[in-house]
Amino acid sequence: MPYRENLGDVLLNVEDLRVIYKTDLETVAAVNGVSFTIKRGKTLGLVGETGAGKTTTALSIMRLLPSTTGRILGGKAEFNGRDIMKFDDLMLRAIRGNSIAMVFQDPMTSLNPVMTVGDQIAETIETHNEKISKNEVKKRVGDILTLVGIMPQRMSEYPHQFSGGMKQRVVIAIALACEPELLIADEPTTALDVTIQAQVLNVIKELRERLGTSMLMITHDLGIVARICDDVAVMYAGEIIESGPVEDIFSPKAHHPYTAGLFDSVPDLRSDAKRLKPIPGLMPDPTNLPPGCVFAPRCSRAMDICAREHPKKTVSGAHSLACHLFGGTGA
Amino acid sequence: MSENTPLLETAALRKLFKLRGGANLHAVDGVNIRIAKGETLGVVGESGCGKSTLGRVILRLIEPTSGQVFFNGRDIAKFKKRDMYELRREMQIIFQDPYSSIDPRKSVVEIIAEYMFIHKLFGNKLETFNRAAELMDMVGLARRYANMYPHELDGGRRQRIGIARALSLNPKFIVCDEPVSALDVSIQAQILNLLMDIQEELGLTYMFITHDLSVVKHISNNIVVMYLGQCVEFAAYGELFDNTLHPYTQALLAAIPEPNLESRLKEPKIIRGEVTSPINVKPGCRFAARCDYCMDVCRTRDPEFAEVSPGHFVACFKVSGK
Amino acid sequence: MAEQSGGPAGASFKRQSQAREIWRRFKKSKGALFGLVLLIVMLAVIACADFIAPYRLATKQNLAKKLAPPSIEHIFGCDSYGRDIFARVLHGGRTSLSIAVMATITSCLFGSLLGAVAGYFGKKVDSVIMRSLDIFMSVPDLLFTMAVVVALGANFINLLIALTLAYFTNYVRLVRSQVLNLSEQEYVEAAKAGGAGSVRIIASHIIPNAMGVIIVNTTLNVSKIILYESTLSFLGLGMPPPAPEWGLMLMEARAFLRTSPHLLFFPAAAIVLSACSVNLIGDGLRDALDPHLKS
Repeated sequence: MPYRENLGDVLLNVEDLRVIYKTDLETVAAVNGVSFTIKRGKTLGLVGETGAGKTTTALSIMRLLPSTTGRILGGKAEFNGRDIMKFDDLMLRAIRGNSIAMVFQDPMTSLNPVMTVGDQIAETIETHNEKISKNEVKKRVGDILTLVGIMPQRMSEYPHQFSGGMKQRVVIAIALACEPELLIADEPTTALDVTIQAQVLNVIKELRERLGTSMLMITHDLGIVARICDDVAVMYAGEIIESGPVEDIFSPKAHHPYTAGLFDSVPDLRSDAKRLKPIPGLMPDPTNLPPGCVFAPRCSRAMDICAREHPKKTVSGAHSLACHLFGGTGA
Repeated sequence: MSENTPLLETAALRKLFKLRGGANLHAVDGVNIRIAKGETLGVVGESGCGKSTLGRVILRLIEPTSGQVFFNGRDIAKFKKRDMYELRREMQIIFQDPYSSIDPRKSVVEIIAEYMFIHKLFGNKLETFNRAAELMDMVGLARRYANMYPHELDGGRRQRIGIARALSLNPKFIVCDEPVSALDVSIQAQILNLLMDIQEELGLTYMFITHDLSVVKHISNNIVVMYLGQCVEFAAYGELFDNTLHPYTQALLAAIPEPNLESRLKEPKIIRGEVTSPINVKPGCRFAARCDYCMDVCRTRDPEFAEVSPGHFVACFKVSGK
Repeated sequence: MAEQSGGPAGASFKRQSQAREIWRRFKKSKGALFGLVLLIVMLAVIACADFIAPYRLATKQNLAKKLAPPSIEHIFGCDSYGRDIFARVLHGGRTSLSIAVMATITSCLFGSLLGAVAGYFGKKVDSVIMRSLDIFMSVPDLLFTMAVVVALGANFINLLIALTLAYFTNYVRLVRSQVLNLSEQEYVEAAKAGGAGSVRIIASHIIPNAMGVIIVNTTLNVSKIILYESTLSFLGLGMPPPAPEWGLMLMEARAFLRTSPHLLFFPAAAIVLSACSVNLIGDGLRDALDPHLKS
């Protein structure tokens, strides 16, 4: 296997990633200096609302940004110690689907409607292992389907014969066909019903344990983070404003006001309170971000400095947050 | 159920969609619900359970196949065109998708004013637009957006337009069809609070359709859980969560990933299989194929929607024995 | 959470122009802008044809100037009857373009109406309209128009009828599918929930939303009809001679292709330029009207 030298326990190290979308009219600052690491065998949850830059971050790591508008301004993404940002097309092709696989939100659009499910999995296996016999491919297709809880007999069926939850499991099966080291899952269960979501999440959890795959889980659902992830990074307006082990993020200790607000606005099954505590206002316009802290215009605890100066990261152990409240004045 | 006189009541309401080849899709299959004045009934279920169809059948946006819908004691399922036109002023709907439910070629104020023009509430355009502006204030939408087009606004603001439009005819009853499920969490909370404030201020009655049990808990007085076109459990919100009886409701509750670390440790109880087809359903409990407690009787007969304790109805042989 | 009120009072609810937004996007396409300028210049020249070169020049025969090459006196040269080609191209443009534009408008109106009826009312009405349409569409367009012109005789009105009958089917199908699609939209359901009737829904929600697609198709069709009408004339089924007409000129020029290519060149160039300019505008409009391509 390529790139599998022993480089400690860090699989992916993203540093100061900056991405913009540029059109004739405007420049959208989508990702502004994002840094995180994914440890081998661990799952990082990237949490945030629509427009926070989660998907852009993932697409940048895969170097799959729309070529007409998307531009990576700077930063590194070291995968097994080698910077993906410096890869040429050939190296990218070797890594996509092989070492890094991606699962998208909508299973319907990721599957080819005129190809049987088995053929689609087989195709992936064949493209990445050239010397493999037909029988062996078939056997592996069967194994993979079993792994995601679908009977191997159904490999000759077409995607439309499967339900939404099964399609998403097929997509995951395809992503896992080459035993990638990193699986990027972009809201993989958002289009599914809760009971089906629970099934798919279980499949993901089991597979991760069995194959030791590392994962980048993109989601807006804190419940999914609690269930699946080891580490969490909270994104807001293109920045990671708080990150740390899941235990730190879900503990009642000091948090970034946005993280706290996010927890408060989730309707809680256990609370009897009728009113929710929403975060006032809206995400800032990404074409015109505020000069200081990006969250300051919505923050109930904002101080004078917040509007002027961009907060630096404050680190305590593995937990870090970018907020002036916690001494991140950049002194 | 509530002691108050119901504002809305359905009796054996059914909607079958005829498919090619003579098959029937049982979208709503014998639903009996009651909503008292000023209260909120939460209707919960997964996609394909018929909850949205139920809302539309009640509003006669879809014609019912059989059964009755009583609004203020009158059976509106038999209303003629003229009566329906008048009734539109009393019953309204807020749609799920703030993108597709408003006409992209109309400005914000035109969208909000449309119903008032249809019903000629005011003598002239200016008065109508002024009322639209008042409605914008009420739903927390700045007046400077009045002349903008929907594509210039985000989902949360668009949903406020939809709410203002629904309020424009001063209705008594509003069907909220997943009004927050297309929105981000922080915006979702804003809209939910807004809906609750308006309800209190105007004394509205809601039927709140959603797939999300945790959302419905915050807004409802009573909750009904639907599965494949039928009601499987009905109870006051506290009772439903504290004393969940139907196996499907239990599974639904267990499947929700809760944002806390305890949920990480416990292995969620997962129901197997998928929702079975609503086409040409056979007699018997519709949840039987996925149910852990399935007995022989479940596959042969429909369970009765029976009151097991005051105000708590369940359709399950295991729970009620009938 | 509630936003600041203020801003316009009731009196200033003005409809902001979407046209301006569309124009801004249209301008961004160089090709479309070029097409528009070209078309405006051509139309202006053709509109002023009487002042530039009087109609009698287009039909006056002068055998002394037979097949004369372009010169200062006759900038496009003369044809086999010694008629001034420049004048003939200008006045031919009047005939060709007016037939094209009128045939487009009539086929669009007639076809859209049928399509809207079929789409909105559906069921039996739809079946009757669409099955009758199948009969029209089973005959090749060219054969069909030729048959109509031969049966009715070649003149301006009959040409218009023939071209309308050949093209209206496109609009029926286009508008029907648009209406089918748009009546499924939630905002149409929302209008129903507000008590709106069929007429209001069609007039205020479906037509405005279908307009973009129809306009674009119409523009693209103009160029097709220009070519089509030239084809008919070329086959001798267009306007009767000696009336100047581009397709007719092409046919007449055919015999002198080797010796006097200018006879062919100028009418052909006129056809190509007008078809191209309208096509470019159509493409530009399609992009400008598509909200997905915004920004």
